[in-house]
Amino acid sequence: MADSAETVLNLPLDALHRRLGARMVAFAGYAMPIQYDGEFGGIIAEHLWTRSHAGLFDVSHMGQVLVPLAQDKALEALLPGDITGLATGALRYSLLLDAAGGILDDLMVTRRGEDLYLVVNGAVKAADIAHLRSAGITCDYRDDWALLALQGPEAVAVMERLVPGVSELRFMRSGGFDWQGVPLWISRSGYTGEDGVEISAPAAAVGALAEALLAHPEVKPIGLGARDSLRLEAGLPLYGHDLDPGTNPIEAGLAFAISKRRKLEGGFPGAAVIIDQLHNGAARKRVGLAVDGKLPAREGAPVFAGDRAVGTVTSGGFAPSLGAPIAMAYVATDCATDGTPLEIEVRGKRLMARVVPMPFKAKNYVRA
Amino acid sequence: MTTYYTKDHEWLAVEGATATVGITNYAQNALGDVVFADVPAAGTVVAKGKEAAVVESVKAASDVYSPVSGTVIEANAALADDPALVNTDPEGAGWFFKLTLSDPSELDGLMDAAAYQALVATL
Repeated sequence: MADSAETVLNLPLDALHRRLGARMVAFAGYAMPIQYDGEFGGIIAEHLWTRSHAGLFDVSHMGQVLVPLAQDKALEALLPGDITGLATGALRYSLLLDAAGGILDDLMVTRRGEDLYLVVNGAVKAADIAHLRSAGITCDYRDDWALLALQGPEAVAVMERLVPGVSELRFMRSGGFDWQGVPLWISRSGYTGEDGVEISAPAAAVGALAEALLAHPEVKPIGLGARDSLRLEAGLPLYGHDLDPGTNPIEAGLAFAISKRRKLEGGFPGAAVIIDQLHNGAARKRVGLAVDGKLPAREGAPVFAGDRAVGTVTSGGFAPSLGAPIAMAYVATDCATDGTPLEIEVRGKRLMARVVPMPFKAKNYVRA
Repeated sequence: MTTYYTKDHEWLAVEGATATVGITNYAQNALGDVVFADVPAAGTVVAKGKEAAVVESVKAASDVYSPVSGTVIEANAALADDPALVNTDPEGAGWFFKLTLSDPSELDGLMDAAAYQALVATL
């Protein structure tokens, strides 16, 4: 994880996390809850709670940035998504790319009535904003807003009790809502593979909102540890681990983020390389690996096909919902077919693994 | 039987020339959910203060150091099927390995229960 040895800042819910028994760690420059103590705490318990009920995540370390709507064309020049054609209220997963097609960050872009609302990774948000500004884009960095995620099969029903109308949002749609006079921007989206919402709220009001959500018996606070295991099972890449400037969208298996019009028109950074690889294939691919036995294979572990080194694990660990270790790795394309037997080296031992489709755990999105 | 502790949060229960090694309740709590324990096979020679086992929590792998030098005579086979024993009974059924001591004088540098509890109280 992108721990920072520099000054560690506190997020708006810091006191609440500590009162709830959080173990705080430095992450992306902030003190963040990794897990909570107590009867329902611990990474496995928090993970399984989210898969069966509703988990509340504080993701206020992420960068929330507003860009004037009139700059949608300028934003499109930096990423491969169709932003000008995005419906109002719709959000799209996209990628900031460098000139070689390398991934500078992954992000969500929402088209709203007056602006584009971007949510970027906490560890690289300053670099992202500098990158956007250097391209002439006006960035309004809203560090006065907090960001919560309420995830799990019971999440939307709980949110609906607080904010009637939220359940009418379709997957990857969002809207403005009022909760007791507090303006909220709520998206039907998340990073767990479960149904749920992400809620942007003024920092001054987020404590009351978090407590109101936690007052429902379906809701428990969930730390970064379970956030990581949930996204891994869902096959979702983590920036700084599975994605970085040395990877491109085709290798990363994120071709879906290149909108149809952009594939035809190009005009995004690295388009020549990426469109070529889209049609002719990349030399390596991000794959899911099911690992035999119980020993987890972690980031950095080399992957072999017999004596041949074919790749490296970029994320890996124990999957609580599957009761087994899983991993993501970049491997040579000729070894990337589902079912291919591979070996992962951990502390001098070779673990048997095979390429499997992702997500490892079927997603429970409600696409209505 | 006398139980000793290390500053790295291992325990060592000594009976005559043999001893049982595990990690303390403080250590298992700090690690969180244990999902795998890589324990040394019988016959492995271990050295005081050197890596002897690895414990894997959901988040990370951590080394377990041998509190004394010696030769492993038994690994805890129960951990293969139920690594969570390290969490539920760290100073009992969640033991890691047994060994014969090669230099009993190494015990002199270890803590007793009272000294270890005093250390934990400062953390």
